[in-house]
Amino acid sequence: MYKSKISISVRKNILDPQGKAVEHSLKSMGFGAILDTRIGKYIELTIDAGSEEEARKLSEDACRKLLANPVMEDFSITVEKEGGKS
Amino acid sequence: MPAKAGVVVFPGSNCDHDLYHVLKNVIGADTEFLWHKDGSIGDRNLIFLPGGFSYGDYLRCGAIARFSPIMKDVVRFANSGGVVVGICNGFQVLCEAGLLPGALLVNESLQFVCRTVTLKVENNKSIFTADYGIKEEISIPVAHGEGNYFCDDDTLQDLISNNQILLTYSDNPNGSLMNIAGIQNRNRNVMGLMPHPERASEQVLGGTDGRAFFTSIVSSFD
Repeated sequence: MYKSKISISVRKNILDPQGKAVEHSLKSMGFGAILDTRIGKYIELTIDAGSEEEARKLSEDACRKLLANPVMEDFSITVEKEGGKS
Repeated sequence: MPAKAGVVVFPGSNCDHDLYHVLKNVIGADTEFLWHKDGSIGDRNLIFLPGGFSYGDYLRCGAIARFSPIMKDVVRFANSGGVVVGICNGFQVLCEAGLLPGALLVNESLQFVCRTVTLKVENNKSIFTADYGIKEEISIPVAHGEGNYFCDDDTLQDLISNNQILLTYSDNPNGSLMNIAGIQNRNRNVMGLMPHPERASEQVLGGTDGRAFFTSIVSSFD
């Protein structure tokens, strides 16, 4: 078993109004060192796969087909082996 | 062949009955509902995807509806030249399904916008806008949180050079690129728009500027 941790964010060249609103709030609280804030989604998949590579391929496929919209979102995937029960 | 309209009902659609009512009782078109679990559009030759919050807008607006059983047949129908219209959530579904280019982002203001806006008819040489005058200004309500149309630069150039932009906002409520409110596909048989013409087709509801949208489409079948 593998756990796939997927983070999805609005593409860099697209305005993220939610991130901007939070960024303004952070700045006004005194977090001057925080230069940029982006808000996205986090998805975890538990996958029954034979190898880490297979789990990654499956996750990428799921992202491209459903989990992310390539027109407006980027995604990154981290795959980990689930403790003990592979 | 006269128009046989089908209004697709997804779980969470909430403008389906408004659309059905306008098509059937105001315009007088043969109209039926289509259930999202149906595998086929049957004898319908004009498909409407209504507004609402299909599948609770989970993941992204329209992302899950796009994979509902009926959409496979709607995509086949559209790709073979059939006329498909998506209003509000329906527009989002059409973009997710790849039948229209681009995507609808969260409104720039982060606010849900629900008010009547002024639209400009940018192209009336389409089956969707033929009964309007060119550059005619019309008043139609919008009600959405994710109506901010976005696409990459190449796609935008395509939209412009192929006259695919049919409606723009005079007073942009959501931050959309080039004030885009409604577009058609390159083959001119699929249209999506964020405003709700079905909410502006009877005087009792405050205006009738949306009626010509439906008469344009239905009369194109005569």
